[in-house]
Amino acid sequence: MRKTSNVAELEAIAKQVRREIVEMITHAKSGHPGGSLSAVEIAVTLFFDVMRHDPANPKWPDRDRFILSKGHAAPVLYSVFAECGYTPKDQLNSLRKLGCMYQGHPDARFIPALEASTGSLGEGLSIGIGMALAAKLDQRPSRTYVVLGDGEIQEGQIWEAAMFGGDKGVDNLVAIVDYNHIQLDGFVNDILPLDPVADKWRAFNWHAIDLDGHSIPALQAAFAEAAQTKGRPTAIIAHTIKGKGVSFMENNPKFHGVAPTEEEMEKALAELA
Amino acid sequence: MEIRTKFELKLGMATREAFGKALVEAGRKNPDIVALDADLSKSTYTSLFAKEFPGRFVECGIAEANMIGIAAGLASGGKIPFAASFSCFAINKGFEQLRVAVAYPNVNVKVVGTHSGISIGEDGPSQMSIEDLGLACSLPNFTVLSPADEVAMHALVHASVAHAGPVFIRAGRPKAPIVHSPDQRFEMGGSVQLMDGSDLSIIGNGLLVAEAIRAAEALEAEGISARVIDMYSIKPLDRAAIQRAAAETRAIVVAEEHLVATGLGVRVAQVVAETNPCAMEFVGIQDTYAESGTPQELMEKYGLVARNVVAAARRVLSRK
Repeated sequence: MRKTSNVAELEAIAKQVRREIVEMITHAKSGHPGGSLSAVEIAVTLFFDVMRHDPANPKWPDRDRFILSKGHAAPVLYSVFAECGYTPKDQLNSLRKLGCMYQGHPDARFIPALEASTGSLGEGLSIGIGMALAAKLDQRPSRTYVVLGDGEIQEGQIWEAAMFGGDKGVDNLVAIVDYNHIQLDGFVNDILPLDPVADKWRAFNWHAIDLDGHSIPALQAAFAEAAQTKGRPTAIIAHTIKGKGVSFMENNPKFHGVAPTEEEMEKALAELA
Repeated sequence: MEIRTKFELKLGMATREAFGKALVEAGRKNPDIVALDADLSKSTYTSLFAKEFPGRFVECGIAEANMIGIAAGLASGGKIPFAASFSCFAINKGFEQLRVAVAYPNVNVKVVGTHSGISIGEDGPSQMSIEDLGLACSLPNFTVLSPADEVAMHALVHASVAHAGPVFIRAGRPKAPIVHSPDQRFEMGGSVQLMDGSDLSIIGNGLLVAEAIRAAEALEAEGISARVIDMYSIKPLDRAAIQRAAAETRAIVVAEEHLVATGLGVRVAQVVAETNPCAMEFVGIQDTYAESGTPQELMEKYGLVARNVVAAARRVLSRK
């Protein structure tokens, strides 16, 4: 893979990833398009610019770690993995099929380069803390990035982890909240509101940054700021749009967990041309 | 008699203390060992490890779910984490994390649950773990161990370090009678035959091994010959030893400080049913929660002492 900090190049990769997400979920006939599309710039910026990793050497001890704690957004991770060269691109459309490496939720038994098997919400931040602590114990430069769903932070374990991370100086850890405002049953504000999100993390002694989660330059700057922040972890509150990039999916709770039809896929791909 | 001298049943350390000491020993040999606790390190004896290796001790506060998740991340980072708490809290509050973050991806996390069973005494049912072995055994990839004394605990902590994969070790609060000779060997999937006998077999673990020995000695005085087996490895089970006991003695009593519905007994019964079906009886906690009391009062009230094992032996022999 070729890493780049060039925003236009990263945006082009993001568009390609969006196309693959729509295609693979359509072929699977089930899956979670909305929350995959909202996290595209976050994942692309990390894997193609920010993170220290090497698809040719996936178990490099000094690599940075990435955990998709909101495991239902697996398609965004699979597409990025394939674009990086960790996994075959020509099998993306076997998503969710029996025996396929692209399981319904990220499963490290099928893709050993995955850092964690996720899908049960609320667990990834604790696992990320453990990885960050292991790196500190071994005095390795590795940093750990954990992508959380907004609805996911309704889970109590997130706040156990937040309390721990804020106290123990885990400054090689970054949590990114994909704040797209929609969860399965509807709008977050109607289910169980989260605001003020950044202040909650600050109250737990995290360095918190609000940004436009679709702005690659903003993400690049925030990850650089996180790396400079010593003594405490960073929480990036990425304000995003669920279903971003496909007009009829944007801000539409229906596309949290419903696959597009073939016709919808064609329409979406035309928009993402 | 030789057997009586062999089983002096002298009180040794509590298995939780033996765990704490063995962990320090293992920590000296292996720098990758890390200990985690959830505000009970003085009770679980991980405080000993924390004192010697403060940089490798993770105090998580009262947050067991987070503790198990952190342990999973540490294991992924190449560490050998031992996460300890009271068994009821580690297993019940950490169960979802044990399932998804540990068992399913098969990461190298060791969980030690102390204060198991009802022999914790006065603190009562909220602190008593009577479901832990059943829950731990229900997790694929987990090895589940219940050592009877300090000798077994010491050996099994070291065996757990050497074993790549999730392990649950059950430990108790009270001092435990020593049933094993110091040079006894232990392994995942093993068992120890402590007495040989031909009329029936008594298979137990934890504190009930000593009760089984006492029961066997009482039966011997009546001319009944009982084999006694410490089945310290609940998962994997020593199927060969169970099959031999069933084939050779044709009657089995299982004794444990755990719910009978989900503990060692039903697992032994499965092997017996699959190999050499024979009469069985089960000594354990019935479908109920206990209460406050001294450990001895509770063990007697809830039917977990030698005379309960003797009564079960008589029942099983009458059905033979």
